[in-house]
Amino acid sequence: MAQLRMREALRDAMAEEMRTDEAVFVMGEDVGVFEGAFKVTEGLLEEFGERRVRDTPISENTIVGTGVGAAMNGLRPIVELMTVNFSLLALDQIVNHAAAIPYMFNGQAKVPMVIRMPGGGGHQLGPTHSHSFEALYLQVPGLLVACPSTPADGKALLKAAIRDDNPVVFIEHESLYGTRGEVPEGENGAEPLRFGEAAVRREGSDVTIVGVLKMAHVAEGAASQLAHEHGVEAEVIDPRTLRPLDLDTILASVRKTNRAVIVEEGWPHGGVGANLATLITEQAFDYLDAPVQRVTGADVHMPYSKRLEQAAIPHEEHVVKAALATLEGAR
Amino acid sequence: MVNAMADLPDAATCYELLARMALIRRFEEEAGRQYQRARAGGFLHLGIGEEATIVGTTSVMRPEDFLIGTYRTHGHAIARGTESKRVMAELFGRVDGTSGGRGGSMHIFDAEKRFMGGYGIVGGNLPIAAGIALASQYKGEDAVTVCMFGDGASNTGNFGETMNLAALWKLPVLFLVENNLYGMGTSVERHSAQTDLSKKAEGYGISGERIDGMDVVEVREGVAEGIRLAREEQRPTLLEAFTYRYKGHSAADPEVYREREEVEEWQEKDPIEQFARRCREADVLGEREVQQARDAADEAVKAAVEFAENSPEPALDTMYENLYAQTEPGGWYAVDERSPEPHRGEDEAEMPDSARELAEAGASYAGQPEGPRPNPATHGDAQEGVEPRVSSEREVEDAPKDAAGDED
Repeated sequence: MAQLRMREALRDAMAEEMRTDEAVFVMGEDVGVFEGAFKVTEGLLEEFGERRVRDTPISENTIVGTGVGAAMNGLRPIVELMTVNFSLLALDQIVNHAAAIPYMFNGQAKVPMVIRMPGGGGHQLGPTHSHSFEALYLQVPGLLVACPSTPADGKALLKAAIRDDNPVVFIEHESLYGTRGEVPEGENGAEPLRFGEAAVRREGSDVTIVGVLKMAHVAEGAASQLAHEHGVEAEVIDPRTLRPLDLDTILASVRKTNRAVIVEEGWPHGGVGANLATLITEQAFDYLDAPVQRVTGADVHMPYSKRLEQAAIPHEEHVVKAALATLEGAR
Repeated sequence: MVNAMADLPDAATCYELLARMALIRRFEEEAGRQYQRARAGGFLHLGIGEEATIVGTTSVMRPEDFLIGTYRTHGHAIARGTESKRVMAELFGRVDGTSGGRGGSMHIFDAEKRFMGGYGIVGGNLPIAAGIALASQYKGEDAVTVCMFGDGASNTGNFGETMNLAALWKLPVLFLVENNLYGMGTSVERHSAQTDLSKKAEGYGISGERIDGMDVVEVREGVAEGIRLAREEQRPTLLEAFTYRYKGHSAADPEVYREREEVEEWQEKDPIEQFARRCREADVLGEREVQQARDAADEAVKAAVEFAENSPEPALDTMYENLYAQTEPGGWYAVDERSPEPHRGEDEAEMPDSARELAEAGASYAGQPEGPRPNPATHGDAQEGVEPRVSSEREVEDAPKDAAGDED
């Protein structure tokens, strides 16, 4: 095991896959000479050269579309979009093309590509640089959606994403790039992690808390508070991938705890939590002792002011309050 | 229009060019008729009048080269060698269609013939063409990608972005704008400040040429040179082929934006008739061969309709097939959350019973096609109450008489 930052774990995943498969290459805005806006591609240009680490013009839809074409013709592109916000400029290629092509051409073409994009709030970047679009991509059939919260998962999921034959939207959180964690080492580094396998971060019997991306950490912090200050044992689940979603693990937990809280940074309407709450209600209604609670980002464009921004992002206190609400009258 | 007197190719090539153009013409006429019969659904964009641009282009491509087009590409696939019956079956939404009935008229694809689609989003195919070309170059293969698109696509952001990237990365790609003078119903003068589209990429470092898209020989020469530049010098270029579609943008087009005289004027320059005449006058082809090309087209299209009619509808339990490529065997990633029964997970290989019941209930609304389809231009959502000036219904009624008479 090595202690790595998330950005290093992601970089190692790309480098290892590039070493073993010539078809894998990286392209995006400032991924080469600049080594990535968030330094995730540090060292890749030096090791692999300009043919395989390609700086692109600022042309998001064309960057993704070029990746789609390259994937259809046998390569495995890793496309870095500087932020999820900019991925909106490429939505046509992601939704109408990358996701649709395998289906609309009846399997005659595959699109094995990874579209990496960091997002999330907390850096005072304001309305156009702080989005969380897990829910947006989760909705699109044909895409796989990953949202790792730890360096180990980041590396293992990215390796799996690169090897997968489907287009993967790989969402990273800007605040997590610097976080450290244990990452398995070895001849080939970490083994890929199968998509659709949630991680139970903490076991508990009183309430299930599902946290996505950075909110997985917030959920864990809230669970500690609940244990220390309220005597409540929360089970914390990090879904790790949203499509496919390991609903079975979540439902098994809810059937045990009879209560659920879903924590995400994105907007409330039509969010990850809205979807998951519906699925839980549809499929485990008889096990629920309280309405499913959602903790989401505020329904506004992310404000710049530090106070307002922090007020718009979910924190541990919000999660604790929501968990206690599901337990009201039960104790 | 320049009537470039480039030399005619040899007789066998001339026959092949004529036969391929006649087949596309005949196919498109029949597609229009089948649309009226409600055998083909959705939107139907016909390439009648644009055959020389299509066939001239594909006739100078190598088998390993890639072609990528737009939503008006029945002819492009056929020109590339896709069997016309499989294109017709796709229009009918049947399992033997090029996309098994999942794509329809706008999304024809044939991996084997390296026809890389059929795209319904204007300009959406441009970056994909750059990517296909990038992969060829990356792998050290000398295949060239030919990217065809309409005049309207030259106004999209993808156009500028892709020209820049292709020039910057020296990609082996040829861009060919099929300028049929209208982006749907908006004429070039009304949609593009620069009406010389061949100049539109100069600022991105891509030079352009204009060619007569109604002259199959001139198209061949222009495209061959563009392909040579792409293959040998990694120099992408932009060709603007002047062409014309005799029919409306789609079957739902009342054509209020142009005069019938304009259509007739272009029909005088009919690419098939013009080429057949030239071949006869030069004694390269005789009347018999011209007639033979026509008859072969008739036969093929007749067989295509029969094939499409007899091809089964896709089975409902194949609805999720090919939504995901199965990297590991046994995985079924699609989860239809409409299903009210407990979650079945992503590993189910078969559609759950309740999902199948929902699919069957929905499919029963599809019914059977019966009777002629009302002209969407006058009865649909396109332009209610507007009488088509160049009615496709009129053309269809006339069709039996002039179906084989293109070269008269």
